[in-house]
Amino acid sequence: MATLLIADHDNTLINDATRKALSAAQQMGGSVQVLVAGHEAQRAAEAASRLDGVEKILLADAVFYGHGLAEPVADLIVALAPSFDAIVAPSTAFGKNILPRVAALLDVMQVSDVIRVLAPDTFERPIYAGNALQTVQVIDAKKVLTIRTASFDAAADGSAAPIELLSDRGDTGISTFVEETVVKSTRPELSSAKTIVSGGRALGSPEHFTQFIEPVADALGAAMGASRAAVDAGYAPNDWQVGQTGKVVAPDLYVAVGISGAIQHLAGMKDSKVIVAINKDPDAPIFQIADYGLVGDLFEIMPELQKALNASAS
Amino acid sequence: MKILVPVKRVVDFNVKVRVKPDGSGVDLANVKMSMNPFDEIAVEAALRLKEAGKAEEVIVVSIGPAQASEIVRTGLAMGADRGILVKTETTVEPLAVAKILKGVAEREAVNLVILGKQAIDDDCNQTGQMLAALLGWPQGTFASKLEVAGENLEVQREIDGGLQKLMLKLPAIVTTDLRLNEPRYASLPNIMKAKKKPLEEIAADTLGVDVLPRLKVITTTEPAGRVAGQKVASVTELVSKLKTEAGVL
Ligand SMILES: Cc1cc2nc3c(=O)[nH]c(=O)nc-3n(C[C@H](O)[C@H](O)[C@H](O)COP(=O)(O)OP(=O)(O)OC[C@H]3O[C@@H](n4cnc5c(N)ncnc54)[C@H](O)[C@@H]3O)c2cc1C
Ligand SMILES: Nc1ncnc2c1ncn2[C@@H]1O[C@H](COP(=O)(O)O)[C@@H](O)[C@H]1O
Repeated sequence: MATLLIADHDNTLINDATRKALSAAQQMGGSVQVLVAGHEAQRAAEAASRLDGVEKILLADAVFYGHGLAEPVADLIVALAPSFDAIVAPSTAFGKNILPRVAALLDVMQVSDVIRVLAPDTFERPIYAGNALQTVQVIDAKKVLTIRTASFDAAADGSAAPIELLSDRGDTGISTFVEETVVKSTRPELSSAKTIVSGGRALGSPEHFTQFIEPVADALGAAMGASRAAVDAGYAPNDWQVGQTGKVVAPDLYVAVGISGAIQHLAGMKDSKVIVAINKDPDAPIFQIADYGLVGDLFEIMPELQKALNASAS
Repeated sequence: MKILVPVKRVVDFNVKVRVKPDGSGVDLANVKMSMNPFDEIAVEAALRLKEAGKAEEVIVVSIGPAQASEIVRTGLAMGADRGILVKTETTVEPLAVAKILKGVAEREAVNLVILGKQAIDDDCNQTGQMLAALLGWPQGTFASKLEVAGENLEVQREIDGGLQKLMLKLPAIVTTDLRLNEPRYASLPNIMKAKKKPLEEIAADTLGVDVLPRLKVITTTEPAGRVAGQKVASVTELVSKLKTEAGVL
């Protein structure tokens, strides 16, 4: 079993999602090589080379690999594919964009969002917003998998593996990168945070997120999340969305504030270890899955909670 | 420009599905079915391009059983010009759907295919990317803004950490994110009008596409349930329980 893991990175760092996908790849047995396709991505390749247990890093460096454009990156992966039995990427926006393109070019069905590796060819994945789990066996000789990162632990660092420089496979000329607005935050990343405080429609404005969610998140050292309703209304940025069609998270502590608990939201957070719900409606569905529920007005509870947390920390 | 919009018939998003006790799948008997929500957004996006004078025709296509024609009609009632049903009684995986769509896109000589980013039943998030690969076209996935600029399409995409803007050469593939638009409802007169719009039916097995599944579904199970915990009376009680009982502070 030889596996090629496609690294999700920013040309400097290898993200946590990649480390988690590596854990899944290692559960399949055999060797793992990591592809770092990027622009001026030497540092990302070095970071990847320290990932525990990887055999080799393949570095492909070109301008058109710099922003993860699906067309040239997929061509590159397809060119490497003959040497591997499995091609694996994290289920991030990057992985979800590129890997199905690779699968189709290889005439293989992809298994999306693997949450458990049962055998090198058999995997468990959620369907219907996580309301059912499907065990599937891959019939194709080559396996193409995206890994739901909330379900695996992050691989640690180990000894350094060699880096091999690949020549690029050229650009396709059919797509070009224009610009990117990525918000750099000092907070923990939502998809790997140990604690998350999420706000819903009840917040009512972006200012209220700053005023009522952020201080509690600060007190907990938490990442901030949101429901789709809050994102759609413009109270929170799109990449904070937790749920079936947003990020799937499984922190130690998830605090849902003014979120009703629609199936699509639960799909993204119900595997959290401890769930706290704060909602003024005692019958809100979120209470059916919360370990601790507090019924009341968030605008009164959140400042109180912030004080209590700060007091208990000192 | 001609636009093709693939629309899938799926369990309505409000339905909480039940897994069959024998592990053979989910129980779809007497369950409300609707157009996949992302596909409504795709239809809306196509109609807006037509209304802006950027496209001449919008064709909706569904691959599925006879009842999927209702979903095609929904697309027609929203304002699409023509419908196609590729009829099949078996489950068709995204790779096979993409192969069928390739045939339809080529036959209809479309310049743009707008799909949903994800079907809310299989949650695969694959078909658009696969179709782009098979056609050799560029892809703008998870789109939250679209603009036709001459021979190009400018797509704003939702990515981790923010937004990305790409320029794609037409013909191209787009998959929709939730925030691309707010789909319209079909008005009663338009629902009536849609009954007269052309809806062509094609049997999937006449297309010469290999639709045999590549994944063998071994079993379908219910996820471990979560039981409701306790209600606490105050912030003080909450913090103390999180500390001592749950051990997460
Ligand atoms: C295809 C599809 C995909 C979707 N994907 C997602 C997804 O990924 N993530 C997601 O979150 N949703 C998703 N949704 C939307 C989902 O169905 C719900 O509409 C959404 O989660 C509701 O958000 P909410 O709980 O913030 O808002 P609401 O349902 O309006 O709930 C607001 C809650 O706040 C409470 N409240 C109001 N005022 C106060 C107050 N002062 N103090 C305390 N509590 C208060 C109310 O009691 C209520 O329970 C999707 C929907 C579709 C159709
Ligand atoms: N059977 C189908 N008929 C028509 N369109 C489909 C079908 N299956 C998938 N699609 C399209 O592909 C998108 C993504 O589906 P999936 O890859 O299954 O998550 C959907 O939103 C539809 O636009």
